[in-house]
Amino acid sequence: MTRAVLLALASHWRRRPLQLGTLLVGLMLATALWTGVQAVNAEARASYAKASDALGQSELPVIDGPLTVEEYVALRRAGWRVTPVVEGRLRAGDLSLDLAGFEPLTAPPGAVPRDFGADGVPLAAPPLLLGAEAFAALEGTAEGARLGPLRLSAALGPDEAATDVGRAMDLLGRATLDRVAVLPGGSLTRPPLEEVLPGRAVRQPDDSGDVVRLTRSFHLNLTAFGLLSFAVGLFIVHAAIGLAFEQRRPVMRTLRALGVPARRLVALVAAEMTALALIAGAAGVLLGWAIAAALLPGVAATLSGLYGADVEGGLQLRASWALAGLGIAVLGTWVASARALWGLATLPVLQAGQPRAWAMASARRLRWQALGAAALLAAGALAGALGTGIGAGFAALGGLLLGSALLLPPVLAVALRLAEGRARGPLLQWFLADTRQQLPGLSMALMALMLALAANIGVGTMVGSFRGTFTGWLDQRLASELYVSAASEAQASRVVTLLAARPDVSAVLPIWSVETRIGGLPGDLFALRDHATYRDHWPLLSAAPDVWDAVAEGRAVLLNEQTARRMDLGVGDAVEVAPGWTAAVAGVYSDYGNPRAQALVGEEALGARYPDAPRLRFGIRTDDPEAVADALAAAGVSRAGIVDQASIKALSLSIFETTFAVTGVLNVLTLAVAGFAMLAALLTLAAMRLPQLAPVWALGLTRRRLARLELLRTVMLALGTALLALPVGLVLAWTLLAVVNVQAFGWRLPMDVFPGEWAVLIGAAALAAALAAAWPARRLAVLPPRALLEVFASER
Amino acid sequence: MRGRRRFLLASAAALAASRAGAQGFAGLGAAATGFAMPARGPFDFPRDHGPHPDFRIEWWYVTANLSTADGAPCGVQWTLFRSALAPEGASAGWSTPQAWMGHMGVTLPDRHHAAERLGRGGIGQAGCTAEPFEAWIDDWTMAGPTLRDVRMRAANEAAGFDLRLSADGPFTAQGEGGYSVKSREGQASRYYSQPFYDASGVLLLADGGELPVTGRAWLDREWSSQPLSEGQTGWDWFSLHLDEGPGTDPVPGGGREAAGAKMMGFRLRDEGGDFTSATWIAPDGTPAPLPEGALTAEPLETARVAGRDVPVRWRLALPARGLDVTVAAINPGAWMDLSVPYWEGPVRVEGSHRGEGYLEMTGYAPAEAG
Repeated sequence: MTRAVLLALASHWRRRPLQLGTLLVGLMLATALWTGVQAVNAEARASYAKASDALGQSELPVIDGPLTVEEYVALRRAGWRVTPVVEGRLRAGDLSLDLAGFEPLTAPPGAVPRDFGADGVPLAAPPLLLGAEAFAALEGTAEGARLGPLRLSAALGPDEAATDVGRAMDLLGRATLDRVAVLPGGSLTRPPLEEVLPGRAVRQPDDSGDVVRLTRSFHLNLTAFGLLSFAVGLFIVHAAIGLAFEQRRPVMRTLRALGVPARRLVALVAAEMTALALIAGAAGVLLGWAIAAALLPGVAATLSGLYGADVEGGLQLRASWALAGLGIAVLGTWVASARALWGLATLPVLQAGQPRAWAMASARRLRWQALGAAALLAAGALAGALGTGIGAGFAALGGLLLGSALLLPPVLAVALRLAEGRARGPLLQWFLADTRQQLPGLSMALMALMLALAANIGVGTMVGSFRGTFTGWLDQRLASELYVSAASEAQASRVVTLLAARPDVSAVLPIWSVETRIGGLPGDLFALRDHATYRDHWPLLSAAPDVWDAVAEGRAVLLNEQTARRMDLGVGDAVEVAPGWTAAVAGVYSDYGNPRAQALVGEEALGARYPDAPRLRFGIRTDDPEAVADALAAAGVSRAGIVDQASIKALSLSIFETTFAVTGVLNVLTLAVAGFAMLAALLTLAAMRLPQLAPVWALGLTRRRLARLELLRTVMLALGTALLALPVGLVLAWTLLAVVNVQAFGWRLPMDVFPGEWAVLIGAAALAAALAAAWPARRLAVLPPRALLEVFASER
Repeated sequence: MRGRRRFLLASAAALAASRAGAQGFAGLGAAATGFAMPARGPFDFPRDHGPHPDFRIEWWYVTANLSTADGAPCGVQWTLFRSALAPEGASAGWSTPQAWMGHMGVTLPDRHHAAERLGRGGIGQAGCTAEPFEAWIDDWTMAGPTLRDVRMRAANEAAGFDLRLSADGPFTAQGEGGYSVKSREGQASRYYSQPFYDASGVLLLADGGELPVTGRAWLDREWSSQPLSEGQTGWDWFSLHLDEGPGTDPVPGGGREAAGAKMMGFRLRDEGGDFTSATWIAPDGTPAPLPEGALTAEPLETARVAGRDVPVRWRLALPARGLDVTVAAINPGAWMDLSVPYWEGPVRVEGSHRGEGYLEMTGYAPAEAG
């Protein structure tokens, strides 16, 4: 009997290959969407984890010095995995170099410049690594000979130098280490630090470091997308399975009537569904992998270009997400089948075999659905408002999405009923009533569409807001047209003289700073020249009325946002910007991507306290940056030290566009999948609806007109869905920016809205619906009149 | 007698270089200009237990076969490598050219932990003194009043050990009175062993507390200046403690009773064909070097470890001593996943003789994907 039942079940698919196709494609697309997003996410995370290891010391906890070499050795010998660091300014001729000393044997991988050990670890005579400019200036000179063996390193900037820690201590005239970085993996027998070096403490790395923070934010994008694609995928699986059951209801009834036990039938159908889920799931995993492989170069470019974190471009087929994809397909199928199987088990054998319009819903059921939706929304809101941690943020997201999806059919039904009450004319009344009658059959597809649209709006808004914030920060940071770094103070003064003589240069703004501790935190004090560039371009988060005058006169300082937040300071509060120098805070500015404390003080005030600080970098305001750059290069400034603002901005923005390309492609994909679900639903309904259409046709409505109405109906429903998706998407974006972001990072991004994009998206939804409806409508338009007549002939 | 672990140390030196981003470690196989060359003659103990900084490379290499209170077999490895990166230089301070590397292994039947440390010699982070004896890198130490009686400790974040080693038997010279010829060109090393340690102490496990263990340990000491040969792809190295055998051993120096005898043997996998060598050490410590080819070593079974097919069960035959045994890994997953990866772990010996020992395998390339 098993064989016979299986053959009967299979014969249905053989007769209706299209239905089998929609089921398989629906399952496959849902799996592919989920898998693709997971794959990109997993790969990016894995690579990012690797990259963040490679970034090394800056993210490690440290024990601050000064520490003697004996104290360093004592730590090592106690089982603490630490590596020493010395930093300082090395004067060589008229050059002033930032020298970093590292210990090549204990430093984490990646923390030692590539050029250091070109022929073995040179412990006995370590070379001094120099950037190109400094190397050219020192190589072969007596001053260079004094510094020992020199080596060119492409990894170093114009005023950077690096060498072995012992050599660095010699060159800097130091007897102590500045600090040691603590690597993970110390001995389990190691004693507490207090016992090794009493009075010392491990300082945890600043978690607000730019790479960490920004990259996490990017991954949040992807995680959110993963969640959304999961929800969309589940709805689609549910829709596809529900349809498959509905389509075969007559076959099931016949089988039951022929004596197949309900239990056996349910088991066989469950097995059949599982097999189909595995086939479609496997195809979906492969498709998702292909999607991810196509997307990953963009993600890699984004992460490496924007955040300096290297992501390998190649995609590995990771068992984790491949299995997860299959699991989603099978699990989704089971969940979706459960209700249908229950219905099958309790199928009244003698009831008419004619399919009902699928999942015909009573008003009562819609009420229950609305209540459930309201409960979910309330739970989501509660989680967002009261919960802490990223889990609460995502719970809020989940509640919002599921709740609003469930709310969609009741809301549409109510809207249609209201419209019916006001409709004039029998055709319009019939059209609205018929639409409402079709709603249950389309509701799954419409819910999927709404989730896709909401996801598009939400993620689009979030990415857009992120971009707006970032470009705003770029504009503020890169107000000058040209930036130049001189190799030495002598060159710097030549640059100033040269620029002062040029009529096309309107201002030369020195950029120089001193390292200090601001309110006890390591940070930098930057000189601020009183110039319209700053007054016009630096949007301050909060400011005193006379902020620029106060700073220019040295009465007050500007503080970056993170320091202000960390120390809970506001305008008017006093802050110690350097040991023994306390000033009032006149304003707070946003400073994305800077882990250190920073303050801006009037140039003269800073110069008076730090007369010896080197002043090597300048921002240049000019109308003709190219000519000025050429003149500077002709005067001997290295091209590497001249950067024009336009190219930096263009590069940054092009990287951002790549990010958008990724989210854009995913957006199109979710929309396409939702459109496909709609197509499948419409195709199924088309066959079942003939009995409902035939009387209208008989009353004189042409097939062509009926087809147009079908098309119109679908587009109308899609537009209604899109309108409802809009607020959901905005709340979603707000939740991401203001709840999830805050829970994850402790800072929130301002939310920008983009009504133009909404219009495009609503148009896209209508288009997707029209495309989905086009085929069924076309079939209706050319349906042989015989088929419609038969409805009356075979009237039961 | 060829030196063991030369492959490993060469790799270690390359490692030290690669840490600094070099593409290779130039010159380890080349002429050892400026370094001391080993000479024949008796050892000068305890001075020779300490370091020989004029030589390019040197190691203190301990493996211990242990068992827990409930009889589970386990093992530990404690290794300290010294590498002179230049023939001369300061004897103290940062600019001392002595680089040190430690390896630690803890192997139980169901788990294996490996760790590595690198350090500078001149600042006291790593080093060795002969009297009183102490060899150390970071908190990994082997210290005693003498090398016959040491406390040996090491740990990483997950596992470690703290063992007491004491030996009644003699230090055993390898090769020709401790002069171990390495090639027909006359390259050589100084090499001796202490295979007679009794060991007792605890294994430390981050998730399992302290595990009391007892057993026996084997120390190899070797130093040289030019240890590399080209074309060598890897080693399979065995050190075996033999408990009982057929008692048919007719060779002088071996005695008639194998219980308490030791055997060191290796197979060198070379592009020009495999090469085996072995030394039989009588219970009284008298070494008997055996000629090339006397030992046959045949892999019986491989396991996929870290993407490589590594032989974890062997047949060893030494007909001259009536030895025909299978040697099986206690834990096939004893992979030392360090900057230079290799396999090293305790083994069980069965067949004509019973016993235990250690197996080290280097140079197994990752299997082709698919």
